[in-house]
Amino acid sequence: MNIAWIIVLPLLGVIAPLLANPTRRNQVAWITAVLPFAALLITLYHAPAILAGEVVQQTWYWIPQIGLTLSFRMDGLALLFTLLILGIGLLIILYARYYLSSKDPMGRFYSYLILFMAAMLGIVNSGNLLQMWAFWELTSISSFLLIGFWSSTGKARKGARMALTITGAGGLALLAGILLIGKVVGSLELEAVLNSGRLLVEHQWYPVILALVLIGAFTKSAQFPFHFWLPHAMSAPTPVSAYLHSATMVKAGIFLLARMFPVLSGHDAWFVTVSLVGLATLLLGAYTALFKHDLKGLLAYSTISHLGLITLLLGMGTELAAVAALFHIVNHAVFKASLFMGVGIIDHETGTRDMRQINGLFKYMPHTAVLCIVAALSMAGVPLLNGFLSKEMFFAETLEQSAIGALSWLIPLLATIAGALSVAYSLRFIHDVFFNGEPKGLKKTPHEPPRYMRIPVEVLVALCILVGIFPALLVGDLLKSAGVAVLGGTLPYIPLYIWHGFNLPLLMSALALAGGIGIYARRKVLFQFQSHFKEVDANERFDAWLYQVITFIRRIEALIDKRSLQYYLAWLSVALLILLAAPLLNLSLVGDNVVITPLTAEVWAGTALIAIAALATVVNNRRRLFAALLISIVGLGVSLAFARFSAPDLALTQISVEVITTILLLLALFFLPQTTPKESKPGRLLRDIGLAGIFGGIMATLTYAMLTRPIETISDYFLANSKTGGGGTNVVNVILVDFRGFDTFGEITVLGIAALGIYKLTAGMRLFLPATNEDGLPWSRDKYPLILKQVSQSILPLALLISAYIFLRGHNLPGGGFIAGLITAIAIVQQYIGHGNDWIQKRFYANYVGFIAAGLSIALLTGLGSWLWQKPFLTSWFDYFTWPVFGKFELASAMLFDLGVYLTVVGAAMLILAKLGQLTVVEPYSEKED
Amino acid sequence: MEIAIAFCIGLLSACGLFLILRGRTYPVVLGLTLLTYAVNLFLFASGQLVKGQPPILGSGSSYTDPLPQALVLTAIVIGFAMTAFVVILAIRARADLGNDHVDGKSKPKDITKEVEQ
Repeated sequence: MNIAWIIVLPLLGVIAPLLANPTRRNQVAWITAVLPFAALLITLYHAPAILAGEVVQQTWYWIPQIGLTLSFRMDGLALLFTLLILGIGLLIILYARYYLSSKDPMGRFYSYLILFMAAMLGIVNSGNLLQMWAFWELTSISSFLLIGFWSSTGKARKGARMALTITGAGGLALLAGILLIGKVVGSLELEAVLNSGRLLVEHQWYPVILALVLIGAFTKSAQFPFHFWLPHAMSAPTPVSAYLHSATMVKAGIFLLARMFPVLSGHDAWFVTVSLVGLATLLLGAYTALFKHDLKGLLAYSTISHLGLITLLLGMGTELAAVAALFHIVNHAVFKASLFMGVGIIDHETGTRDMRQINGLFKYMPHTAVLCIVAALSMAGVPLLNGFLSKEMFFAETLEQSAIGALSWLIPLLATIAGALSVAYSLRFIHDVFFNGEPKGLKKTPHEPPRYMRIPVEVLVALCILVGIFPALLVGDLLKSAGVAVLGGTLPYIPLYIWHGFNLPLLMSALALAGGIGIYARRKVLFQFQSHFKEVDANERFDAWLYQVITFIRRIEALIDKRSLQYYLAWLSVALLILLAAPLLNLSLVGDNVVITPLTAEVWAGTALIAIAALATVVNNRRRLFAALLISIVGLGVSLAFARFSAPDLALTQISVEVITTILLLLALFFLPQTTPKESKPGRLLRDIGLAGIFGGIMATLTYAMLTRPIETISDYFLANSKTGGGGTNVVNVILVDFRGFDTFGEITVLGIAALGIYKLTAGMRLFLPATNEDGLPWSRDKYPLILKQVSQSILPLALLISAYIFLRGHNLPGGGFIAGLITAIAIVQQYIGHGNDWIQKRFYANYVGFIAAGLSIALLTGLGSWLWQKPFLTSWFDYFTWPVFGKFELASAMLFDLGVYLTVVGAAMLILAKLGQLTVVEPYSEKED
Repeated sequence: MEIAIAFCIGLLSACGLFLILRGRTYPVVLGLTLLTYAVNLFLFASGQLVKGQPPILGSGSSYTDPLPQALVLTAIVIGFAMTAFVVILAIRARADLGNDHVDGKSKPKDITKEVEQ
């Protein structure tokens, strides 16, 4: 099985929960779990090979020239994280089924959760850094949706916004860092980057790259000084906190550090920054956790502190420290997720998370209590539990430290203090919640949760104990292969035992345990001491800071943005002129070996026609009706030019479009003022004439330079294959419906979208319909002229016949779907003009949106049809048949495609004109402009 | 002949740009239309301009380049759709804002008088 499925299946799973019947909650949960479970099976299928040291890869090239590939890569480190993400994720799905109330939209919740899961899997299994970054951002977005899930509360919204801002900004820094890495290494493929050795460390950009990558990692993993978003993210539903904020998302930053460890760590800057930030976070988190009355607040700060511990381990740079970091990632995920779930149960059963109210719960829910107590003891690092093992390794490593020279003895000391604090807050959690008298002021009597809600907690707590007793058996291989991925080939001996004999780390553990008990016993003093400090509300600070940033940006924006289209367009033209003119400076006006064609009389006449009409349009642009007539003369001139220079298809198209455009402009003038006021100052006029003059000059030069150079064309292929391959002699049409059919499909789609946009714009329009024109003359309310009525009606069949003829012959002679569609549209519009909207609607109900839909569907299905014969999209087919009477004729799949084009063009043109025309029938009102 | 074509395209571009820079929606629509003509002619001209060689197989011994024609054909139709969109947008803007200035607001003072003085 391809490892890409590990990411793709959960991605598909995003829609699964939405398909289930939302009232049947078990069904929703089951359907949600299926695809991640399949992904877990695939992971397990690959696990033996990866544990044996293999790296499984799957790469699809997209634009390899600029390093864009879709690439998945699973090594030991990725495997470790994948198992965490999928394993804990599945438990969370089960847990959330019972946690969410029947009022919560469960499908939506699961959908977000699976989106997050897929994004997380994408991060750890990406073989390309840019791709990893895309998934990184996806976790930020999906976590925003999850934190803000209860969006009706302001806290949830604020917490979500803060998390998104901080991690999003970090993501941008990371992107910059990744791009720099790509520049230095010459590739964004992870394999190439990891094999680049000391290239990055010795490069002059190393400090910048390191800073950017670390900002990305520290923001994501809530390291000091970016840690403040995590406690606010606790407004998320508890399954989210258990999943994102203990086991997975906050570990993404740590993952990044581990991933980049081989190529970024070999430098003092890494050791000092990472270990000091980790140490600061460790202490700050552990200390603050002690004072939180909110259970989730306590766990949040404890998480911050443990993340600091892992960061510190990675910062130490020794091999064993890195392995200890990996071990603690697993252990922390297991005990912290179970604790969060336990807290969720308590919250669920008592209605509060305030430890001053929740007391003595052991009596009410002994089963849950035991689970929570074991997990909390693991958090405190008590022997025989998994937390103890990695903490021992951590203590042992701090003793080996020499990063800060003679002051290095501080690190084990501070680590022991942090350990004592962590024992203290764990103790507080256990004692305050489950013992310490009776609950105070609870709204309901707590009792055990539903049976299945406890199962995920039981599984994780069992893991705490089993890993704590049989570490080598359960996680030994996993840690080894992950360690190889982080450290490269060599791996130190990993001492995964419970008992190492009486040594210094054990003494530190004992000290921490005793110290922790001491701190907790004297907690009243500490609480009193802490009450002297004013509590800082991170939310308020953050809001104030955000406000300053926004004000600053608004000020800059006001400088460059005048909110004026004229202003934008003028600058755009200036930029355009510079871009166009610059290359012309190095170009000779006339190319080599050219034959200049002599000017003939008809070209003279045509040029004069176009030039005079265009100039007249400009001069008379304020007399709008007149200008509309003049511009149609320009269009006529252009169609004549097409006809003159061997482009009958273009001439036909242009002339039909001219007719429709003129009708459109006349209709538009009904709703717009009839004249344009004089408002440009002379200076503005001079500027615009100058800009326009230069632009015209450049365009003329460009055209002349182009026309006097020999061309190279790729059209010989089209000319040679049009008849044999496409079955038509009109090469232009064959290109449109066959060779470049996919482009045409895109173009009619644009046409359809434009028409629908117009439809939407006209819907609900508050009409501006003065009863008189600007000179005070009332609009004529004449009946439809009789002659026009009769003539247009009798012309209709003829016009439709012509359009059918033009359509049918299009493959071989000038014509085709575009032109036939325009002609049909003109024929129908003529009926509207001659008879009015009401008359038409009584006789002919046309759903023009339906035309567009039918046209696009026919074109699409024709394209898809070729798949039935195992041919690529839009491969055409044609053959010749003989029928009696008719004789020999041709059938081609391209004609069906052209029919789609035809219907779309008719639908779009009619939707535009009929909609606008219908509006004119509304009774005008007599007020002037409001 | 080349010079005449170049002149036409240059003039149409100049007229188009001048009208696009005007302050009311209607002249901008006209300007866009003129620019469309210019661009279409330019694309068309990139296939060399020859007389009496339409790209219909069997109609002669040699044919002009069909590819620019195919490009321009769809460009004309899409150009129409875009013009129509801008026209309706202009109508909607006038209906909603009460004026047809491209910036959505009439100038506070009447410049007409200043110019005529």
